Amino acid sequence: MSRGHDLLRAGSQLSMRAGPTRRDTLAGIACAGAAMTGLMPFAYAEEGPTAQFEAAFKKFAGDRKTNETGVKLELPDIAENGNMVPFSVYVDSPMSDEEFVKSITLFSTGNPQPVIATFHLSKLSGRAMAGGRLRLARTQEVIAVAELSSGALAIGRGNVKVTIGGCGAG
Amino acid sequence: MDKPRIKLPDMAKAGDVIDIRAVVTHPMETGNRRDANGQTIPRKIINTFFATFAGQEVFRAEFGPGISANPFILFSMRVPGPGTFEFNWIDDDGRRLTELAVLNVVA
Repeated sequence: MSRGHDLLRAGSQLSMRAGPTRRDTLAGIACAGAAMTGLMPFAYAEEGPTAQFEAAFKKFAGDRKTNETGVKLELPDIAENGNMVPFSVYVDSPMSDEEFVKSITLFSTGNPQPVIATFHLSKLSGRAMAGGRLRLARTQEVIAVAELSSGALAIGRGNVKVTIGGCGAG
Repeated sequence: MDKPRIKLPDMAKAGDVIDIRAVVTHPMETGNRRDANGQTIPRKIINTFFATFAGQEVFRAEFGPGISANPFILFSMRVPGPGTFEFNWIDDDGRRLTELAVLNVVA
């Protein structure tokens, strides 16, 4: 039995679940209070994509070919706490030597910083997939862009309604 | 940055595609927040995570401030044979945390 498993069995406050813990939820509520009193720099409202997103996406995509198939971005429809939103991305790909996914980049269309993360896959990956937890400052669309071995980009999208925005979300 | 925890399957066979989960404590301070005096709280996040297996890179992530505190990551690997994972987290201060985990590969 590895050390990791022993630690897991011992149990700690650190969650391996994708969902929020009670503590995170409370932190989110504290943040919302701040937003209502006007301390937060971002707007707590439903709006379209930010100019920062448009610029970052344009820079990333360049003149590469894009299509809107083959990427499944799993997100909750509603996030009560924007500080901790579980996500997973699956890309249709055999992950063979000839045809594979190089990377997956997640974009936020409503956070102050549009690039959430980039995941670089490898020949060992076996499956074109990645998951984690992200922050959303407000209700918005999240975009996953897979960079394929052909050089083309495949895009998947998901909309999340955020009840309480992630405090200072990236 | 502390308490790395790794979850691997109890056992795996060569050729299996397995899920790997890793989590570590870190505030992932975004740089967007202000303190009580109106001063910006400087950004301090884990910006890089990477995992190797038997010395070969399996997966690498670049995180922005949009990744939650105590970053959790899920990825996969086709098991090439027996080996040990090395997980690395690097933050904005250049601090690096490394954790090892042996994969139990059965014939």
